[in-house]
Order: sequence, then structure tokens, then C-alpha cells
Amino acid sequence: MSAEASTPAAPARRMRIDLHVWGPLVALVLLILLGAFLNANFLSYGNVTNVLARSAFIGIIAVGMTFVITAGGLDLSVGSMAAFIAGVMIIVMNWLVPELGAGWPVVLAGMGAALLVGLVAGAVNGLLVTRAGIEAFIVTLGTMGIFRSLVTWLADGGTLSLNFEVREVYRPVYYGGLFGVAWPIVVFAVIAVIGEIVMRRTAFGRHCAAIGSNDQVARYSAIHVDTVRLLTYVFLGILVGIATIMYVPRLGSASSTTGLLWELEAIAAVIIGGTVLKGGFGRVWGTAVGVLILSLIDNILNLTDLVSPYLNGAIQGVIIILAVVLQRGRKAG
Amino acid sequence: MASQPQNGAAEPAPSAGNAPERKGPAEGPVLAARAVSKSFGPVQVLFDIDFELRPGEVHALIGENGAGKSTLMKCLAGYQPASGGEILLRGRPVAFASSEEAEKEGVVLIHQEFNLAEQLSAEANIFLGRELKRGPFLDTALMRKRSAEVLRELETPVDPATPVSALSVSQKQMVEIAKALVRNARVLIMDEPTAVLTRREAEVLFRQIERLKADGVAILYTSHKLDEMERVADKVTILRDGHHVVTAPVAELSEEDMARQMVGRDLTDVFPPKAPEPGASVVLEVEGFSVPGYVKDVSFTLRQGEILGFAGLVGSGRTELMEGLVGLRHASGTVRLDGNEVHIASPRDAVRHGLAYLTEDRKGHGLLLGKGMRQNLTLLGLERFSRIFIDEKAEEAALDAAIARFAIRAPRRDIPVGNLSGGNQQKLLLAKTMLVEPAILIADEPTRGIDIGTKQQIYGFITELAAEGHAIIVISSEMAEVIGLCHRIVVMRSGRVMGEVSGEEITENEIVRYAMGLQQGAEERAGDDHVRRG
Repeated sequence: MSAEASTPAAPARRMRIDLHVWGPLVALVLLILLGAFLNANFLSYGNVTNVLARSAFIGIIAVGMTFVITAGGLDLSVGSMAAFIAGVMIIVMNWLVPELGAGWPVVLAGMGAALLVGLVAGAVNGLLVTRAGIEAFIVTLGTMGIFRSLVTWLADGGTLSLNFEVREVYRPVYYGGLFGVAWPIVVFAVIAVIGEIVMRRTAFGRHCAAIGSNDQVARYSAIHVDTVRLLTYVFLGILVGIATIMYVPRLGSASSTTGLLWELEAIAAVIIGGTVLKGGFGRVWGTAVGVLILSLIDNILNLTDLVSPYLNGAIQGVIIILAVVLQRGRKAG
Repeated sequence: MASQPQNGAAEPAPSAGNAPERKGPAEGPVLAARAVSKSFGPVQVLFDIDFELRPGEVHALIGENGAGKSTLMKCLAGYQPASGGEILLRGRPVAFASSEEAEKEGVVLIHQEFNLAEQLSAEANIFLGRELKRGPFLDTALMRKRSAEVLRELETPVDPATPVSALSVSQKQMVEIAKALVRNARVLIMDEPTAVLTRREAEVLFRQIERLKADGVAILYTSHKLDEMERVADKVTILRDGHHVVTAPVAELSEEDMARQMVGRDLTDVFPPKAPEPGASVVLEVEGFSVPGYVKDVSFTLRQGEILGFAGLVGSGRTELMEGLVGLRHASGTVRLDGNEVHIASPRDAVRHGLAYLTEDRKGHGLLLGKGMRQNLTLLGLERFSRIFIDEKAEEAALDAAIARFAIRAPRRDIPVGNLSGGNQQKLLLAKTMLVEPAILIADEPTRGIDIGTKQQIYGFITELAAEGHAIIVISSEMAEVIGLCHRIVVMRSGRVMGEVSGEEITENEIVRYAMGLQQGAEERAGDDHVRRG
């Protein structure tokens, strides 16, 4: 019956789909033009580096979030997870200084700890979702509270500070760069490119989309649904670890407010980029564009006095809702 | 074209009490289409259709998938506007802006996939959107009373407070009809109401249709089951490729005629000749196989090149047995492939052992309706197309091959498969399953809900595959299908194998006796063959 029932949607909408595909990119270009028009400093090396480096943390996390959401999941815990990982990292490094001295071995050990904690935290989320069969929203709402409270407890309500000598060694990871491009930007770019390729060109990416569109069809198609879902959470955890590795040298400290609301920014970037919140379709390049859009709005409001920067959140909110309205526009027939 | 004889003051507005306003079929049409055409973008799907539906008449609309039946029904019921021509209600042109407006005028469409809120009770569904109120509050007592009355009239003894999710398919159908009745439907349009019903359940539906007909309700009805036409319809209209072919009293058309008119060519024999009984080696042996709650202690064997049928009533455990075999359900028992015992814990194991299962539910379990043909085709066998990266060129080539091999017709290659006709979806699903080159194919209801021309093609594919040396299991609830296709038939009932027939013994009578439990173990199970499946 469906032949007669649903053919209508397809042909008439060609034009709209194109706009839908390129929408985020168009918005990004418009924002850049607007920024350049409003402030001469906008396109300066310093400002561009600043914007990109600061968006790298959310960006790295959002790439992982794209896979989780595409496979029909969600992870609200990433912001708290980042804070918790930062706390553990700092404690591990400070603890190792007397043994190893303040040098690269300590920093590498801290990085290893970050990746390990990220992996375990992601696996906890993933196992609770797949094995225990609890909804992702509930599980990660729970772990969000747990991680946040753990870092507060580790810092005893205050701030965990990295040993000053280690800080000097570690500093270049955020402030240094490759051919003038800051390391966080390089790492974000590499991860985004890898993510895009994995999503588009590998069986894993295809399986994520299949599970997100209909997990029963995926199961009947011999896909190990639970394993793939679990892996999306584990990868996201590891990426949160990487983002934290880039973040810690920036301030050299962690507290209960580290990474606050990162989860929402990451999810917003994914949605703005055109990934479907219900799952089934995801694109990593869109997510990268979404991250840039969010941080450019912030940057432009700070550089100009057209609108109060206090309205930043309101403008971002409007953009998120608009993005979803556009998505809906494609679906409704 | 508007010179349609005006039907006087038309009908009196339908009275609330459903008073029997007996109308002979001699009256003018209550709902008619005049030169209705419909296009979706550049694709025209209906061409100048003329059609009349009279009070107290059951009019069957038949045609292959894609012939335009659903579109015509939707135009008539206000779900879609016609692109050309006009719809006349009691002689006056109407343009329903929505299905709600059509419902207000007494024109109700019952979809094939029900529009019921599963978590709500039957009564809440029956009165959904038309809740009876006392002041600002719901008048629950009155709604319950009226629901119970309507359901009793429909011979459906369910408590109106039961959640719809707890009802059987046929009971849901009756709730849909009850919903139409409290809306004082004068025109009832039903899209394949019997597709999911067993014969006995369909019979209950037919009795209700007769009752409604006697009350002067006009009924438009589609079905792929041609043998139902004589039982229930007064008139038959046949559509083919969006064109009106013929409208005639059902008595003037034999089933042969109908099939021929639908397809536009002679269907000499729907089933290809059976290959000779294979004498080849046994490829699959199943012994003492159980799926908790569904299947108990089943044993059977399958030979290379053989088509083995599984017959039985819906709910007899055939699907669960096969899902257990391919690792989709927890199961126990011995499975030997080519004489070696294997343990299959997941569909991936099954594929690795050369065992592939084609699901009965192509929309829910078989295909990703929002994705294109390529992604669907290779989903099961994706390993074959990827090392680190997916080889999209190879995928495209595989799609070309599948389109050619299984005669899949699609307007565009990248069309979401949800927009393909049921028959083409089924062919794509078959292609997807065969892409892993299984030695053993288990096809569960391979022709459910598809038209006779495509059915014939699928029978051809199955026979060819068997001739190539694949061993094939066919589950079907259509008796003619298992009889026409299979070398040997296993009959199941209540999760057990009741018997096996082969060669000359393959007759409908024999199978039914096993399926009803009359042939074996009749003394221990005499009571429960009248139990409805829940």
C-alpha cells in the first residue's frame, strides 16, 4: 500500500532538501561575513585562534555525541564527566610528581589516566543503557549527577590545582601549536575528519544509522545492536578524555563548575549540524559547523555592542529551535 | 461533468440513533468520483477515475499494489485532495479539507495499519475526539455504556475498559469499526481489513459488514484475497496502473477474470511447475527444538534443493521456531548442518553458517523505510562490502544486479524504500537476504500483502533458488501457497509439529485437519481449537 501512500513526499521537495543539506554551512558563512563586517579584528589571527581553540573542547565531545545520537542514544553526562576526568588527572599528576619529577612522564601518565577514566565512564553509561535496558536519558541524567558530585568531593568543595612545575611542562598542549595552529584546533580537526569518515564510509557508521532508524531491522540484519550502542558511549567517553586533556593546561585546575553545561552545548551543536535527535541520520561535518556557529555567535556578541552579550543564550536558543524546525520541515509531508 | 442527477434534498442528516433508514441499492450514489485524477509531482497515479458508491452496497476495489486503490480511497475520504475531477457527496461536489471534515459528513476511512492509541482503553479510543461530556467533565459512565452496546452489536465481547494493546488484531479491527459507528458513518471505507485476519475472524467481520449494509451504510473495501469477493461484495471495481478497468456485479466476474483484469494478462498458472522431489543430501536437521513459551520439541529435516512448507494457523509458533533457529530468540535443541552440530546464538552466527531468515514483517523488521535501496540491500551482508571502508562502487554494482535479478521497479535509485510498493519492498528484502548467499533460506510469509502478479514472480524466484541448490523453508498462512510451492509440508499447531505431508498427500483437507488438531492428539487438545489467539 505504501507505494500510493507515500510517494508524494519525494519529488516536489528537491529545492528544500538542498537548503536543508547546506543550511548550517550557509549560516556559518553568513555569520563570518557579519562578524567581519562588524569588527575589523574579527578575522585577525588572534581572534580566530581564540575562537577555534575554545570551541575545540565542545567540538571534540560533539563528534562523539554525533555517533551516540545517530544510534538513537543520548548522553547528558559529558560535562560532568569532563570535570571528573580533569579532577582525577590533576590528582594523579600531583601524586606522581614526587616519584617521577615534574616532566613529561607525569603529563603522559595524566593523559593516560584521562583516557582510561573516559573509557570506563563511557562503558558504565553504555552498559547501563544496553545491558540493564534503562533509557539513555535516565542513565546519563544519573551519571551526570554522580560525576559532578564526585569531582566536588575530590576537590572538597573547592578547586583542585595542578602542580605549578607540571603546569609549565603541560602548557604547550593548549597554548602551543603546529605551524602556528594551536594544538586543540589540530586535534579537533583531526578527530572531526576521522569521525566524518567513520560515519560515512565504515560499517560502524552505517550500523549506527541503521540502529537509530529501526533497531529491530538492525537486529534482524545480524547487527550486534548492543555492542554497537555500547561502543558509541565508549568512544564518546574516550573523546571526553581527549577534550579534557586539551582543557586542563588552559587553567590548570578543576572544580565543581568545570565543564558546566558542556553536554547541552554539544547536543545543540549536533542538532544544529543536521543530525536527527531521534537517531537514524547523522553527519559529523554538520556537527563541526554547529560547534563553530555556536562559538561565533558568542564571539561576535562579545566583540560588538549591537546586542548585549547577556542575550547570547537567547540567540543560541533561537538558532537551535530554528535548526529543528528546518529538520521537521523536511520530514512533514 | 457536474450534470450528475441531484439527489433531491440529499439524505437527511444521519440521525444519532442509527435508525435503520433502509435504502435499496437503487438510490443514487452517496459518494462518487467523477474523472478524478491525482498526481504527486510529475508522477500521475490516478487517471480520470469514475466511481460510484451507493447506500447499502458493498463495493470492492481491487488491483495490484500500486494500482491506485489507496490513493483513490484517500481522495474519497478527504486525506488527500484530488488533482483533477471532483468528488460528489450525495450528488454535491465536495472538497474535504481534512479527514475530520469528511468524518463529520459521515465518511470514515479505516486504515490498514490501525489508528488506535494502544495505551488507551477501547472505550477511550471509540470516543477519541468525540468524548461525551457532562459539563466540563467526561461522562465516563455513558461512554462505557455506549461502547459496550456498540461492541456487543459487533459480536466483540470485550470489556470497553481493556487497553487496546491487550486486544487481538481482529478485536482492534472491531474497535475501529465501533469508532466509525459512533461517528455515524454512512460511508465506511476499509483498506484491506482482512489482510491480518484469520479465516474465522474474517467471517465475523463479513457478518458485521452485512449488518451495516442492511442499515444502509455504503461500504468500500479493498482486499488482495479474491476468494472473499463473492462472499462479501456486491460490486467490484478493478483498477490497473491508475486506470479504471471495469466495474461489474461480483456475480459476473470469476476469480480468474478478476486476476486477469488486474494484471492485464493471462495468469495461466500462478505457480511454476515443481521441480522433481530432491533426492539430495540432508542439509539441515533439527531435533527436539524448543523456544520457551512458543515452540515445544520440534524436529524436522531439510534437503538440498527442497522447498519445505510450514503450515498452521497464525500463532502456531512457526515464526518463533524460525527466529529461534537463526538466533533471534533464546532456544534449545539440536541443530545439525550437513551433519555437524552447530550452535547458533545470533543472526550473525546464522549467516556465517549459511542460514538466512526473511522476516514476515518487512516494514517493522525487514527494511529501513527512510533509507535508500543501496543501504538496505547491503545491511545484512555489509561485511562483504567493507574492509576498513565500505566499497560504495561494489554496493552500487550489487544493487544493479539485484534490480535485474529480482525485477525491482523503483522510480529513482535513491528513493526511500518506504515509498516503494509492497511488492517491490518484498523483492528488495529477498535480494537483501540472498546477498549473503545462504545455503538455506527461511522465507516467512514471503508474499504477505502483495499483489498477484508480484506473488507469481516471487514464487518463480523461490523455485529458481531451489533449483540452483538452495534449501528453502517457506512459512505461509495461505494454503494455496504452500500447496502450490512445496515438496513437503510440516503442519504446526500450538507450538508443536502435528504432522507432515508430502507428494500426493498434499491437499488442503489434510493440512487443515492437522492444523486444527483433528488428526493427531485430538483427544488431549479437543477443547482448545476454539480459543482465540490473544
